[in-house]
Amino acid sequence: MKALVSVAEVAELGDDFEIDGLTIDERYLGYSLNEWDDYAIEEAVTLSEADVVDEVVVVTIGPERSEQTIREALAKGADRAIRIWDDAVANVDALMPEMKTRILASVVEAEEPDIVFTGVQSDDDAWGATGVALAEEIDFGWAAVVTELDLEPDDGVAHVRRELEGGLEEVTAVELPAVITIQTGINQPRYASLRGIRQAQQKELAVKSLDDLGLNESVLDSELALTELYEPETESETTIWDGEPDETAAELASFLRETEVIES
Amino acid sequence: MSDTLVVAEHRRGELEDISYELITAGRELADAMDGDLHVAVINGDVDSHAEQLDRDGVDTIHTVDYGKGFNHDVYTQAVTELADSLSPRTVLIPHTATGMDYAPAVANALDNPLVTDAIDLQYDEELTVAREMYSSKLESVIATDSTQAVVTVRPAEWPPTESDGSAAIDAFEAEIDEAAITSTVTGFEETVGGDIDISEADFIVSVGRGIEDEENLELIERLCDVTGATLAASRPICDNEWLSKGRQVGQSGKDVTPDVYVAIGISGAVQHVSGMKNSERIVAINNDSTAPIFDIADYGIVGDLFEVVPALIEEVE
Ligand SMILES: Cc1cc2nc3c(=O)[nH]c(=O)nc-3n(C[C@H](O)[C@H](O)[C@H](O)COP(=O)(O)OP(=O)(O)OC[C@H]3O[C@@H](n4cnc5c(N)ncnc54)[C@H](O)[C@@H]3O)c2cc1C
Repeated sequence: MKALVSVAEVAELGDDFEIDGLTIDERYLGYSLNEWDDYAIEEAVTLSEADVVDEVVVVTIGPERSEQTIREALAKGADRAIRIWDDAVANVDALMPEMKTRILASVVEAEEPDIVFTGVQSDDDAWGATGVALAEEIDFGWAAVVTELDLEPDDGVAHVRRELEGGLEEVTAVELPAVITIQTGINQPRYASLRGIRQAQQKELAVKSLDDLGLNESVLDSELALTELYEPETESETTIWDGEPDETAAELASFLRETEVIES
Repeated sequence: MSDTLVVAEHRRGELEDISYELITAGRELADAMDGDLHVAVINGDVDSHAEQLDRDGVDTIHTVDYGKGFNHDVYTQAVTELADSLSPRTVLIPHTATGMDYAPAVANALDNPLVTDAIDLQYDEELTVAREMYSSKLESVIATDSTQAVVTVRPAEWPPTESDGSAAIDAFEAEIDEAAITSTVTGFEETVGGDIDISEADFIVSVGRGIEDEENLELIERLCDVTGATLAASRPICDNEWLSKGRQVGQSGKDVTPDVYVAIGISGAVQHVSGMKNSERIVAINNDSTAPIFDIADYGIVGDLFEVVPALIEEVE
């Protein structure tokens, strides 16, 4: 079996930032591997170590900077990587799920995986949509928000548990090939070993443009437009206790006594 | 093309609150567009569900009876067919784990744009949807002039519609392609439980990823010891297996309503907040003054937990 894992580098906002029109200046952003994708990589690599999967290919849509993230996936045990980027993609204000779906669909067509892993969502724009949209596009089965996976390749089935609300899980069987969107906590992602990091440098990382994938810029068409980006107004009236740690701690302690949750 | 179609959610025989919230959101949108509000209810005891969904403002309820409960293949096909036949301007689906399992497929099958996790919807010639980004630190507005769009709606953002309505009920004969059903739901399983029931606690100290290391948890445990607080956590702490799943507060964990909830090193992601926002009083300790937890906290300390918590322990002792 071959596994394809889609990963994303996500942007994180620090405590100090400025909004410039519809974007945030890169100065204020930190970049890292999307938390959910870390679990997706682990799931694929574990299956590869168990010889259920014989090749793990990771794919990302991202600028050169994101190679750091994708090397991390290689260092953790993925076999090779594909990074998709070109000027047309770079010029898009906001990469909408439908665009990612069309691009990833062409990668699936070329790679012909038996199973595709994505994270449930990416931390920064939190669409939570690409995996399931992709499955529909490529005519794969799917399961979203998965916290347990048991593959039975001989029967062509994946048995999964899908996390619902309030601690309830749904037990589902999905026919392969399938797209599985991975929820955090499904496994314990490893840290890349030094040896893994060294080996990652030798692994193939192919950079492809839309043209290389046989796509044209129409895959970036969307009827959605990002029109505003702003800091939400807060309605709450929060009392902030200022001062040195011992002063703020004293305020909190007397609050706890006043509310009688601790004894005075 | 100015109608709104909303899809109800039910589980194990019960309609979920989000269904009635979607009726409210859908009615507002239908009014703005001068159109009708349609509600779809798929599978289960559709007749009794339809009766319950007959709330104020609903024009027509469409029932699709093709099985006992949720199946994403059936839902995808049924909603796609309904949207083709009713041509609504907007299709509203709950942004829940269930909605996430079929809404993107519906949008893709219809070749419609999809906007997820809406917290506000407006219509004035075009549809605009407000949603959060960057872990709730920012909001964005997405506009679409598409003739049809699929939007998933965040739970608990609209009040439920309570009063009775006088909707027409239509049994929709969906032509489900049996061969395209490639998944089977075989059951449900409860996961929480564990060593303690945090949902009954009056005083909760809850710890998040700001604690950095498993070893540092000892600090928070000591605070709980000296104050008598019950220890709870955000999801990453339980994902890491540093604490049992039974201590997780939030959407996929427990709902808590203590007199005092102290959030330490927790950013305030919506899935966490949904489980603790009904606490009587909320205190946040976080070194990032822009963390969204401060938006719902009554009291806050902007500071390093590794300085504040030891000082607090000393103060209480
Ligand atoms: C379907 C789904 C269901 C989910 N269900 C849940 C759920 O039930 N419960 C839940 O909690 N989450 C849930 N999540 C995850 C949620 O989206 C967040 O990822 C999670 O709540 C973040 O936890 P956190 O606040 O501890 O971590 P982070 O978001 O990483 O925040 C850590 C915070 O600690 C602060 N900090 C760091 N160092 C210090 C210091 N030294 N002193 C003070 N502050 C510090 C930082 O400023 C930051 O605000 C769910 C997600 C999805 C997609």
